This record gives sequence, C-alpha cells and structure tokens, in this order.
Amino acid sequence: MIPVVDGKLSVVDDIERQVIEAIAKKKKLDPASVTAATTFEQLGLDSLDAADLIFTIEDTFKIVVPDEAALSMRSVAEIVSGVRTLVGQRAQGASAS
Amino acid sequence: MRRVAVTGMGAVSALGLGVPSLWAGVSAGRSGVRRITNFDATGFLAQVAAEVPSFDPASHFNDTECEMLDRFSQFALVATAEACAQSGLMLADGERDRAGVAIGSAMGGAVTQDDGYRKLYGEGKTRAHPFSIPRIMNNAPAAHISMRYGLRGPALAIATACAAAAHALGESAEMIRTGRADVMIAGGADAPITPGITRCWEAMRVLAPAPAGDPSRACRPFSRDRLGMVLGEGAGILVLESWERATARGAPILAELAGYGTTSDAEHMTQPGTRSPARAIAIALEQARLAPCDIDYVNAHGTATRLNDSTETTILKLAFGPHATKLAISSTKAVHGHAMGASAALEAIATILALRHGVIPPTANYTEPDPACDLDYVPNVPRELAARAAISNSFAFGGLNAVLVLRRAELPPAPGAPRQATGSDRH
Repeated sequence: MIPVVDGKLSVVDDIERQVIEAIAKKKKLDPASVTAATTFEQLGLDSLDAADLIFTIEDTFKIVVPDEAALSMRSVAEIVSGVRTLVGQRAQGASAS
Repeated sequence: MRRVAVTGMGAVSALGLGVPSLWAGVSAGRSGVRRITNFDATGFLAQVAAEVPSFDPASHFNDTECEMLDRFSQFALVATAEACAQSGLMLADGERDRAGVAIGSAMGGAVTQDDGYRKLYGEGKTRAHPFSIPRIMNNAPAAHISMRYGLRGPALAIATACAAAAHALGESAEMIRTGRADVMIAGGADAPITPGITRCWEAMRVLAPAPAGDPSRACRPFSRDRLGMVLGEGAGILVLESWERATARGAPILAELAGYGTTSDAEHMTQPGTRSPARAIAIALEQARLAPCDIDYVNAHGTATRLNDSTETTILKLAFGPHATKLAISSTKAVHGHAMGASAALEAIATILALRHGVIPPTANYTEPDPACDLDYVPNVPRELAARAAISNSFAFGGLNAVLVLRRAELPPAPGAPRQATGSDRH
C-alpha cells in the first residue's frame, strides 16, 4: 500500500510508488500486489529482466545506477534504497554547483 | 547417405504473410515493390523497397516477446510457425537432441541497431537499451526458434550475406544426410530496410531508382533496361527431415532437397566470378546424382544489377553447356525484392512450388532482351511446365556461392541413391 501523510505523498514515498508502478507495469501486475519487501524472485525477474527494469528506473529518475549496485539489487526495497541514494547525491551535486 | 525431405514451409515477404501469398505473387509475376514506408525516404535515391506490408507484431507476439524480438526475428518466428504447422512436426523428448536449426541473416537486427545508434549519436543519449545485443545478434532467430520448439541439437546462424539462407539450408541438409541430425528448421530472415542500411546500399550504386510511374516496375532482372536491385525483407523457413523419418510418420513431403554445392570465388569482394559458381552447380548436381539435362528450371540469383545478370548467364552456360538454352530460368526478386539473408529461402520455396504446381514463375518487369543475357528467362508470363528438378542459385558478396538442387517428391530416388560429393571437389 502507498503510505499517505497528511493526504499528500511524501518525496520518499513518491520514489517507492514510482518504482512499484514501473515494476507493476513491466510485469503487468496490480501495483497493490507489489510491496517494498517483494523480491525479484517473487516477481519472476531473471537477470535480463532486472537489467531492463533498472534501465527503466534510470530513465524515470534520470540517474545512472553503477554496475555493482545494479547487480546487487534483488528486491523492490533495494531498488528504492539505491534510487534514494542516487537521487540524494544528484540533489547534493546540484546544490553544490 | 540419407535423403532429405522438405516437410513444411513458411514465408513472410513483400507479397504478404504466408506461403500462399508468396506463391500468388510469384506465380503471377505481381510485384510487392512499393514506395518505402518503414521510414521517411525523402531525399533518398532509393525511394522503393519490397517491404512486408502492414506487419503488426502485436498480432503475433505479446508485449514481453516483442521487447526481445527485432523485426527480423519476428519474421523468422512467424514463418517458422507456418512451416511447423504444415509439417505437423511433433518431437518426442528423446528426439529433441537430434533436432536443430540454422538461420541465415545478412544484416541481423538492423532495425534495433539503426534505432539505437540514432538515439546515441543523433539524440545524444548515452545509454543503449539492455536488450540491444540479444535483439541485434545474428543468431537471435536461431536461438528463439530453438527455445520455442525445444530443439537441442545444432543451432547455427549463417552470415553469408545474400546466400545466407542457401548455406543454412544446404548445411542443414548435410547434417541430416550425414546423420548428425534428423530434423532441421532452416532458412533465413532479414529486415534491412532502415535509413542507415539503405544509405549504405545507395553508396554501392547498385540500387534501382524509383521508376517514373509504377514503383513495382523498379526491379527488372535480365532485362536490357535493368537498373539495379531493390531491397527487400522477410523470412523463409523450411522444415527438413530425414526421408525415413518423414515417410515413417506420414509427413507431407513437399520436395527432396537432393543436392547442395558451395564454393568461393577467392577473387573479388563484389564482382562475381564465373568458374566457382559454375563449379557449385556441378557439385550440387553430382550430389543429387543428376545430369545437367535432368534440370528443367533455374531460380536465378537474378538481382537485376548489370553485372550479376550477365555474369549469371555465363555461369549457367558454363555449368549446363548446350542444355543451358533449354532451361526455364527466372528471377523472382523482381516481385519479392532482394530480401538479403532471407532471399534464398523465399526462392527455394518458390522453386518447390514451381515443381509442385507445374508452373514456372515468370521474370516480372522484363521489357527487352539484353544481348549479354540471351537465355530463356520466362518473361512476364507464367509457364506451365512439369519440371522434374530445379536448382536455386545464390551468389553472395565476397564471392560466396551456394546452389541447391530440389526434386519433385514423388519421383523415385536418382540411380545410385544420393551420396556426398567427392572430397576433392568440395575442398
């Protein structure tokens, strides 16, 4: 389920929502059936599917997931966490420049 | 050595989906060459091509499958489904280890490659799609066919340009003949009508310009006014089986793939030779245990370039001697275009149907005799002829030649039963 705070999606939860939506669209699933705890194995994602999914996520968030991080992702939570880190780094980089 | 039966055929071509569409166009000399629609060809020299008309991937594959399949693999799988259905091919688990696939392609996943490079170089993208490699690689159709039909024997991709499907069919037949496989799904697939590849062909100055008026008249093989080839696309797939297996299961035997000859010119990258192609014909006839006078029909390579058609005429005279003037010869490329790696498979299918129907497909768009092409090219009008056996010629850039001999299925085996050609000729 999508956590709702004061009737508005928080930034953090928005990342999780977008990741889950991308996965649900690719696997033709009801987004409600995918949670942070869902693993790639449960989703039936093989390594090629995972590469395709992460490519879509990179496009969605305008980030580049390094190979090492991409290869270690095995669940929705790990994608969300990786995206948070990279989006955070990008925001820092933008404010620093 | 075992005999090789053709038990199923499938085609995707400019004449439409399916073998019946291919034969309807080929036998009537009705060309599928039209103005290019795959991309905006404004400003291109080549304004016409033999595109597969209104091909909708979604009507053959689900979204997930489409993402993994370049257009050339889509064509291959659609043609394979037709060929396997006609063949009634059923493989028990134990038979799968001795069933294989060999698919020729000149250009591989050209659409994916062209689109991907445009995004990278033209639109400044820095990353390619993760499926780019599995879509582009030349062995993609062979891999998809082996997975879909559970074929665990040899799986090969043949990249001998315009002769690729002839080599795929010929080498597959050899595997069956020599007992290395019992069933082979073989043919070719290409989808090269992209802006990049069309520009590359233009640069070779071998493409026919769009004629004034009717675009379907662009490709005119063996005619004095021929101006070059027309790019095509599609797939042709044949199911080949050992004769014993096919007869034991009561399969429809459409023809015998009775002989195969392959040679190289070892001379020039683009100018065709004459001696080596003629020798490929001789080797193929020897394997089929047929004499030149046993051949009634030649499906020519016939690209409609100035050089190919006159050279092929010389090759046929060298190979057939005085019998050359008695051959019914036609090039069906005028109607299905030069579908690159798929061409030889589409032409093998046309040849088999010519034998089965007793009708020689004409060379369409023939307007006037060329003194350099002075044989019987069956101009424009189909001819009723109960041909006994035929050859299909394919001569690729690089001087790589492949010739197939096809015989009517109901004829008894040639005296002495088929055997492999002698080693001295083949190497």
